[in-house]
Amino acid sequence: MLLFKLAFRNVIGAGLRTWLNVIVLSLSFVTIIAMQGLYKGMQYQAEDAMMQVEYAGGQYWHPAYDPYDPFTLEDSHQPVSGAAQRAVAAGDAIPILFTQATIYPQGRVSSALLKGIPPEQEIMEFPSEQLLQSDHALPAIVGTRMAKSNRLAVGDYLTVRWRDANGTFDAQDVQIVHVFSTIVSSVDAGQIWVPLERLQSMLKMPNEATLLTLRQGLTDPPVLPGWDYKGLDILMADLREMVTSKQVGGSIMYLLLLFLALLAIFDTQVLSIWRRKKEMGTLMAMGLTRRQLIGLFTIEGGMYGVLAALLGALYGTPLIVWFATHGWEMPEMVDDFGFAIASKLVPSYSFFLVLGSTLLVLATVTIVSYLPTRRIAKLEPTDALRGKLT
Amino acid sequence: MNTTTQPLIELNNVVKRYPMGTTFFTALEEIDLTVEKGEFTGIVGPSGSGKTTLLNIIGSLDSPTEGSARVLGNFIEKLSHKAAASLRNHHLGFIFQTYNLLPVYTVYENVEFPLLLLGLSADERKKMVMDALEWVGLTDKIKSRPAQLSGGESQRVAIARAVVKKPELVLADEPTANLDAENSHHILKAMVRLNQELGTTYLFSTHDEKVIQYLRRKITLLDGKIATDEVMTPQGG
Ligand SMILES: Nc1ncnc2c1ncn2[C@@H]1O[C@H](COP(=O)(O)OP(=O)(O)OP(=O)(O)O)[C@@H](O)[C@H]1O
Ligand SMILES: [Mg+2]
Repeated sequence: MLLFKLAFRNVIGAGLRTWLNVIVLSLSFVTIIAMQGLYKGMQYQAEDAMMQVEYAGGQYWHPAYDPYDPFTLEDSHQPVSGAAQRAVAAGDAIPILFTQATIYPQGRVSSALLKGIPPEQEIMEFPSEQLLQSDHALPAIVGTRMAKSNRLAVGDYLTVRWRDANGTFDAQDVQIVHVFSTIVSSVDAGQIWVPLERLQSMLKMPNEATLLTLRQGLTDPPVLPGWDYKGLDILMADLREMVTSKQVGGSIMYLLLLFLALLAIFDTQVLSIWRRKKEMGTLMAMGLTRRQLIGLFTIEGGMYGVLAALLGALYGTPLIVWFATHGWEMPEMVDDFGFAIASKLVPSYSFFLVLGSTLLVLATVTIVSYLPTRRIAKLEPTDALRGKLT
Repeated sequence: MNTTTQPLIELNNVVKRYPMGTTFFTALEEIDLTVEKGEFTGIVGPSGSGKTTLLNIIGSLDSPTEGSARVLGNFIEKLSHKAAASLRNHHLGFIFQTYNLLPVYTVYENVEFPLLLLGLSADERKKMVMDALEWVGLTDKIKSRPAQLSGGESQRVAIARAVVKKPELVLADEPTANLDAENSHHILKAMVRLNQELGTTYLFSTHDEKVIQYLRRKITLLDGKIATDEVMTPQGG
């Protein structure tokens, strides 16, 4: 308690240098917390969007289906029967069928995923109903990314070539009847959506599907023999991993800031131990032990962290509250970020995030403050009093 | 500790040597010295004669290379770092040539410091600090910082800080070396008075003639040895 009191007097008494350190350190406090919240908000927003548009209440995959291996698509389809059929009939699930296809936009050749979806489905917030409005033989909808990369517009025709269940190639023109916009690039990039029954007959796979998407809000996912259940945890795992890796990449910036702040504090400590030799000698003459001196200087350094946390809270809180309510307008380019993010990010700050980051910075500051003080352990009172530089 | 029958300070055959390359430099040679409670004694001698070294050993800031130094019943050469700190904290007061006030503290806080270390209550501290500042005549400067004080005022604050806890022994290393004549006299008079009123023992090092006229005993060091030890009749005070 005594040392805290003395340290507080010293830190406040040191004036400008203290405030410079405290300002730099508080900047890194606020940046770290702001960035963490941004990534968390990004993750929640992406998860939310993916749930709305793609995963709903979870999915059942054909056992052979592997989203990272297009060659598995050829084998990953099976009839929807038994329990699966009953779930579909009850409106608890919808079947979706995938196949690999070749497309010929503007005379070029490119590959795409052809996906069949029941147009009348309401499980996902996906504009499949647009497929109902057309009288064209094979209506199709695509996302804005797909439309942009292949220069497609509503009304355009696109030749699609595929292999049916027997391995026979066939081709047909689809008409783009709608272009939808979504932040979930995994239902957009490289994909063409057509009515499920049309795709089943084109592929000669009547009543078959690659996966089933479950309705949201079911308390227990039903057991569907022959299908592998993939809960949201599994489906979102990739996203979370990606957010974490972005987070690590993004943290370089604020680690640099923190490093600068710590450097300033380390420098201040080294300097003050060097400059305040005589003061230390005086304190020792008055009966302070070396251990107390080390404690005093460490607490002085740690106090920069405490003051920075207070200062950061002073200007950081309104800033962070403002961002959390108004969101953060993102420039266009971040659409290529790798995963779904909205044009407006709403950061998410949890109590634990703020507390955790604060404790982490405080601990680091204290350790950095302690390191230079170990020299005091060898300090002789007579040398200190003479202000001799050893 | 029994200070009534034992002398306050008793040095026996104290030697202090500093390593110098392959040999040693002898700063103090076979010092035998006894100081009784209530003395007002000065150690004089030319620069480099060992005055500071001797005071540092008595003040438990340093330890003798050989011999034994008993201060207030403690053998300095046997004290641990922590025990020495405790001895200084409880029983010794220091006054330095360069005042050594803590720059970020006010006058009041500087004087209060030794009492904080002793863990005294706020009420006790306040009373003792005000008393000490009254002894040195600085009650009107309690809120000033050391940078705002003159040299004489600074040294008076330092004296108040050394005596505020009423230590048995005050060690002052050239307390007037940075002061003009008027301030030197002022300070010495303050110390003489405290010596008489509180019975505090004072041990100085000095080569200032003004100090010497206040002394009741003068010990002269030459090349680390006691050359003379005389009883004086104080002219000042
Ligand atoms: N740490 C040390 N290492 C080596 N020599 C030292 C050390 N401390 C003191 N000395 C030497 O011991 C001798 C006595 O020093 P001391 O400081 O006690 O002298 P002094 O009488 O106080 O002199 P002054 O009047 O100049 O203050 C000097 O020659 C000094 O150089
Ligand atoms: Mg000296």
